[in-house]
Amino acid sequence: MVRGISLKIDGKEIKAREGMTILQAAKAKGIEIPTLCYDEQLKPYGACRLCTVEIVKGGRRRLVASCVYPAGEGLEVETNNKKVRKIRRLILELLLPLLPPPSDTVTGPIETLAEKYGVKKSRFKAEPTNCILCGHCVRYCIEVKKANAICFIGRGTERQIAFVPELAPNHCLACRECFSLCPTSKMVDSVEGIWGVCSLSIPISEKIKGKH
Amino acid sequence: MVKKIRSLAELEKLRSEIIARRDPKRKIITVCASTGCSALGARKVIESLKEEVKKRGLCGQVGIKEDEVEIKETGCLGFCELGPRVIVYPGEVPYFRVKPEDVSKIVSETVVKGKIVEHLRYADPVTGEKAWKLGDIPFYKHQLRLLLKNNALINPKKIEDYIALGGYKALGKVLFQMAPEQVMREIKKSNLRGRGGGGFPTGRKWETTRNAPGEPKYVIVNCDEGDPGAFMDRSLMEGNPHSVLEGLIIGSYAIGANEGFVYVREEYPLAVENITTAIKQAEDYGLLGGNIMDSGFNFGIKVHRGAGAFVSGESSALMAAIEGKVGEPRPKYIHTAVKGLWERPSCLNNVETWANVPLIILNGADWFRDIGTKNSSGTKIFSLVGKVNNTGLVEVPMGITLRDLIFKIGGGIRDGKKFKAVQTGGPSGGFIPEKYLDLLIDFDELTKVGSMMGSGGVIVMDEDTCIVDVTRYYIDFLSKESCGKCVPCREGLRQILSILNRICSGLSEEEDFKNLEDLSELLKEASLCALGTTAANPVVTSLTHFRGEYEAHIREKRCPAKACRALVAHYIQPEKCQACMACSRSCPVDAITGDKDTVHVIDQEKCIKCGACYEECQFNAIEKISPPTPPPPRYGIKVTRKKKRE
Repeated sequence: MVRGISLKIDGKEIKAREGMTILQAAKAKGIEIPTLCYDEQLKPYGACRLCTVEIVKGGRRRLVASCVYPAGEGLEVETNNKKVRKIRRLILELLLPLLPPPSDTVTGPIETLAEKYGVKKSRFKAEPTNCILCGHCVRYCIEVKKANAICFIGRGTERQIAFVPELAPNHCLACRECFSLCPTSKMVDSVEGIWGVCSLSIPISEKIKGKH
Repeated sequence: MVKKIRSLAELEKLRSEIIARRDPKRKIITVCASTGCSALGARKVIESLKEEVKKRGLCGQVGIKEDEVEIKETGCLGFCELGPRVIVYPGEVPYFRVKPEDVSKIVSETVVKGKIVEHLRYADPVTGEKAWKLGDIPFYKHQLRLLLKNNALINPKKIEDYIALGGYKALGKVLFQMAPEQVMREIKKSNLRGRGGGGFPTGRKWETTRNAPGEPKYVIVNCDEGDPGAFMDRSLMEGNPHSVLEGLIIGSYAIGANEGFVYVREEYPLAVENITTAIKQAEDYGLLGGNIMDSGFNFGIKVHRGAGAFVSGESSALMAAIEGKVGEPRPKYIHTAVKGLWERPSCLNNVETWANVPLIILNGADWFRDIGTKNSSGTKIFSLVGKVNNTGLVEVPMGITLRDLIFKIGGGIRDGKKFKAVQTGGPSGGFIPEKYLDLLIDFDELTKVGSMMGSGGVIVMDEDTCIVDVTRYYIDFLSKESCGKCVPCREGLRQILSILNRICSGLSEEEDFKNLEDLSELLKEASLCALGTTAANPVVTSLTHFRGEYEAHIREKRCPAKACRALVAHYIQPEKCQACMACSRSCPVDAITGDKDTVHVIDQEKCIKCGACYEECQFNAIEKISPPTPPPPRYGIKVTRKKKRE
């Protein structure tokens, strides 16, 4: 039997089931917490940190990622205080330079969130890879499609997404299901877009392209 | 095939037999065969020693008893820069930087006559004071070597050496005389804290795993030591692997685990080899495996070789790696002690932590608590490196001051330079300035000044070190060694590195102070794992304690330590130049013009600031200038000759 628990989110008493994360508990009650790497079909990943909230536990305050932090009895959560907003603004400032220069026609979730949090321009510069490495495509391919055709390669600032040479040519062209999950909407539904994600897989991608 | 040990009495019997087989009059020459000394030529020294002894007929022809001299290959003694290291017993006479040609003298004088070879005798690099015994050397005199002591006495490939010195006695005591709860209580009472970095109370961690629901439970040794310049764990694993094994078996008994893993990075081939040999030998003797010492307790160990990522030293990443997945950290809001390897309760401790366990069991928790400070008991091994006279591995009681560590053991700063900062805790530790030199080294004190104990790296910096430049080095390391999963760590470090690069190139602006502070806060507050949350420590502590250096770089485009190439120019002082042409010959881009008797001039346009001329000049005529604006060049000045000494 799953036990019911009660916690306080933004001052409201909320009932949740044991095993839920803070994000799930909040969502169930219509409290909005922004996310970029979260998807209901996938295991929580905790990478974008946009869902960061502040919790009070045993008198101690700390910031946690609500998509992975378990909702616990008596937990107090603040989802949108000043500190949390500052963290989110900084994360958005770090993500914006990764997108290609803004265009008037398409606006993706990152731009929308940036506007919402009052980030007009980022202080930082980076090479616009158009990929925020949220791993939606990789995780979907592993967890849902069980095809393992896309993976991460490299680590740290060198981290990238690549097709698995032996698998991708057989799977990707017919599937394309990960495309719609990509939050940098500029590449959605565009075959070229996914080449953009995956600079190291060019030989394979061209192979697929040739077939296409 | 050896006989399996089936009781405490049999272990004691074996111990007395091993000791009895030894001739107390026999002389022993120990040579370090660890990575450091091997790289410096220890193998050749060992071969020469064997030949020399054979040649002199000291080595008997039959049986062990007749041997008069034993040449023993042992583990690391810490003074690696002075390798290969040889010690002759009795007398504990140490020789450093031994070359094969020194061997004959060492054997004829020290081994045969018991005399010291004067010209090979150790002399302190600062005072010149000579030492007879190992314990006379300042580097060793102020240490308290509990864990490293046996490294000099044991051949790590021979379990008998370890048993002879009381090895596996603690295991026997635990298995036959203590209940698991008692062991747990003893460790808790000892106040042992994790030596890998976090300083979490070991006993509490064990208890959490023991009480966590789920079977099987696992115990793990973390030997993924990857901090630049650190080799504490390597030295223990290479030099005394059985001490780690014994600690692990005791832990598994207390926790109720029957399976364990030793995670060793593949970059430590000798550690992999020695621990694998140690496991095999312990199994042969029945000290590991099924029904250990006939006590009914079973425990098996597998060695997992790490594929070389710094981040895999983080517990959840390490466990993912053992599971065969990519070594990336997972959110740890539920501790790995509760849900770790394959979602089972898993107790992971660092090599040094496990090695402390047998000592605590044998000597008691109170003995252990008497060493060190109130909140940090026992000793800690540090890797003391950087601009100190004596570098190497040192083991000291907790609570020693940084000053004693650096000046008494380390012998002070090299070349009489001035101390600037000490960086503790590895790449994500912090810089500690001179005003805190009297700080007692313990987990909490180091954290208070923004640094940390970490796994024990201590890097000393002198006045020629640019703090901004070193910070940039650490951030560069971390940005490459982060797993890259979470945005704050990956993108935050990318931006911090880019800002630091700009600062060191003189391209930064005033806003960069705020940018660095904001990003540091983000990393600390919002990263997924401890690599990210601590990664900004070098930035934060350098900004706190050495803000002036940042200001000089940012506002005046000047590097006070004259280390940042873009902010330095080389300039020949006309009154000192002797027109010797040495600098112009050394210049790879022909930037220096000058003639006989004419003061040389550097063409700043051509100069690539490599510093070759600076190194070459014997008259100290070339100076580094920062900001890089030397006086306008004047050609054709005649040399002012130095007066010859009368």
